[in-house]
Amino acid sequence: MPLITYRQAINDALAEELTRDEKVIVMGEEVAEYDGAYKVTEGLLKKFGPKRIIDTPISEAGFIGLGIGASMLGIRPVMELMFWSFSYVAFDQIVNNAANVRFMSGGLINCPIVIRGPANGGTGVGATHSHTPENILATTPGLKVICPSTAYDVKGLMKSAIRDNDPVYVMENTLLYGEQGEVPEEEYTIPLGKADIKREGSDVSIIAHGRCVQTALLAAELLETEDGIDAEVLDLRSIRPLDEEAILETVRKTNRVVLVEENKPFCGTDAQIAYMIQDKAFDHLDAPIKRVSSIDAPQVYSIPLEKIQIPDAERIRKAVLEICPRSV
Amino acid sequence: MSKKTTSKDKPSAKNAEASLNSGATAPINAKLSKKEKIEIYRKLVRIRRFEERTLRSYQQGKIAGFLHLYIGQEAIAVGTTSLMGPDDHVITAYRDHGHALGVGMSMNECMAELQGKYTGCSKGKGGSMHFFAPDKNYWGGHGIVGGQTPLGAGLAFALKHEGKKGCCMCFMGDGAVNQGAVHESLNIAGLWGLPVIYIIENNQYSMGTSLARSSASTLLAKRAEGYDIAWEQVNGHSLYDVRAKTWEAMERAHNECLPTVIEMATYRHRGHSVSDNEKYRDKAEIEEYKRTSDPVILFQNTLLEEKTLTEELIKTINTEAREEAENAVQFADQSPFPPEEELQRDVYWEEDNPEHKTSQGKIFFND
Ligand SMILES: Cc1ncc(C[n+]2csc(CCOP(=O)(O)OP(=O)(O)O)c2C)c(N)n1
Ligand SMILES: [Mg+2]
Repeated sequence: MPLITYRQAINDALAEELTRDEKVIVMGEEVAEYDGAYKVTEGLLKKFGPKRIIDTPISEAGFIGLGIGASMLGIRPVMELMFWSFSYVAFDQIVNNAANVRFMSGGLINCPIVIRGPANGGTGVGATHSHTPENILATTPGLKVICPSTAYDVKGLMKSAIRDNDPVYVMENTLLYGEQGEVPEEEYTIPLGKADIKREGSDVSIIAHGRCVQTALLAAELLETEDGIDAEVLDLRSIRPLDEEAILETVRKTNRVVLVEENKPFCGTDAQIAYMIQDKAFDHLDAPIKRVSSIDAPQVYSIPLEKIQIPDAERIRKAVLEICPRSV
Repeated sequence: MSKKTTSKDKPSAKNAEASLNSGATAPINAKLSKKEKIEIYRKLVRIRRFEERTLRSYQQGKIAGFLHLYIGQEAIAVGTTSLMGPDDHVITAYRDHGHALGVGMSMNECMAELQGKYTGCSKGKGGSMHFFAPDKNYWGGHGIVGGQTPLGAGLAFALKHEGKKGCCMCFMGDGAVNQGAVHESLNIAGLWGLPVIYIIENNQYSMGTSLARSSASTLLAKRAEGYDIAWEQVNGHSLYDVRAKTWEAMERAHNECLPTVIEMATYRHRGHSVSDNEKYRDKAEIEEYKRTSDPVILFQNTLLEEKTLTEELIKTINTEAREEAENAVQFADQSPFPPEEELQRDVYWEEDNPEHKTSQGKIFFND
């Protein structure tokens, strides 16, 4: 299988869906002539023209709301947010309009919009540019939220998101854009709501989403070589819908769980998952569920401190060691 | 999106040149002493040399994240802040180094902030886009486009509420005018009569998007008419013009408690941020602006003609500014990074002032 970057995988997914369905359009700041602030949409304008690849003013509330409106008439807009942090100026559109219009119309209207862009810290862009709002958005019924961690996943999930008839919000990561992964040349899709075991193991389950999956894999290696602990890493891939069965299965297998997310801890995605595990697999737990998340404070600019703030492999390893007997 | 055609020409460097220095004879400029003019020039130079030095530091990997340089726009920050009295305030967006030095922040604290050091103006917590110095009436440094504009109205509201004869100068870019928050702020400022001056630094681009591709009407200040607010267009390359028109707006704010919108024509010589391939504009355009409209050179020439400056003094001021910037890097290099405990400091006033704490319960949630 060819190795391509996460960025290229998104680009390919967009190009394939633009080709497959003429209702698909791409819209956002700098997506067309500039080829995307992070070059995710590179070449799309050239290939599909200005009718379908559309630059917008810096008016997130306006153009995201416009995308929602257009989707009500059957357009399938893929909207880029330069950062998910900028979704906050469009919050009414994103959570109020997109999430509620189907319900309030008694199912007469639906809203097949995709909003995508990076949501991460770790690059020293400070408190206003480092939000990870997957939990905030997933609290809203009517919305779907996914956080792909590899090139393979982001391509398959993006294609499903575009074909989905509900609003799907895709959280990417600027630190993943350049990461390579194997992606088949043949077409494939990955259903939303299907988690994926990224590493098999038997002693403990590390459950993560987004770039934290990569961090969890590093931690799992450390645990194996340093501590003789065999960790399983489950990648949620999708936050809502959530693959409860996959979560419960790995818990039943290892009986120990560490939940990892880049989000701040209060009401983070993992709080919901921890609740679900104790509710549905209480008898399978040999230890309390542990969580590793970002240090609970606005995102700091200073790089050495930000490294401490977001979860790293060592912090995950420590959490595992708190609940797992070492075997070396 | 296919755009309706507009007959309006893009403001060119030449147009800007034609009106240059019409403000030179304005009373607010005429009364400047020789010494004051030299200090204004020094500030222009200090900002320029400071930023050139930050660019090198960025390339050396000392600075993280984004670095939005103000090079080419200095006359605006320097001209406007040179007019500030004790109750005049400033708030701006992320291209904030010029305004910071303009209000009198030191190169040391700014450089250290860029390097994420504990001695930075925000203890290394804010970064390039988020400089603050409330003791100098400088309220940031805001990373979200347009996000500072309601705050600007709020600072003005507070001044009016307290019966102070002051104003808030709230800066934004030509791209920012298309944020909803800007329009809501303008309406409230017009409706309630707030002493706020919205200064649009029109450098013709928002990232890679030219003005004509982002705004339905490219006469940005005119939007003020919809809110019954006075407006002006100014040649922002000219220090004297900037001062003259800003002073009129300040008097309106101080004496009548009314807002103004001023659009200042300017140009950024560098990319949007450091990583910008600048495919969206011609090299020739940039060169033309550098040649004809560099605000530092223009003011320097004016002062040379006036015989306020000599070649020798120019050299001295430039050398000193370079040394000051170099020393600031040394200062930042030698400063420590913030300690880990700083992560959860400055989050809540109450946690930082435990002697006054009245709340109970848990506030941080990592364990
Ligand atoms: C709400 C929001 N959307 C997008 C961005 C990303 N962004 C940062 S600066 C910028 C361009 C702003 O241009 P302009 O207002 O003209 O200011 P200039 O950079 O020219 O000073 C964009 C799109 C942001 N910071 N905030
Ligand atoms: Mg601009």
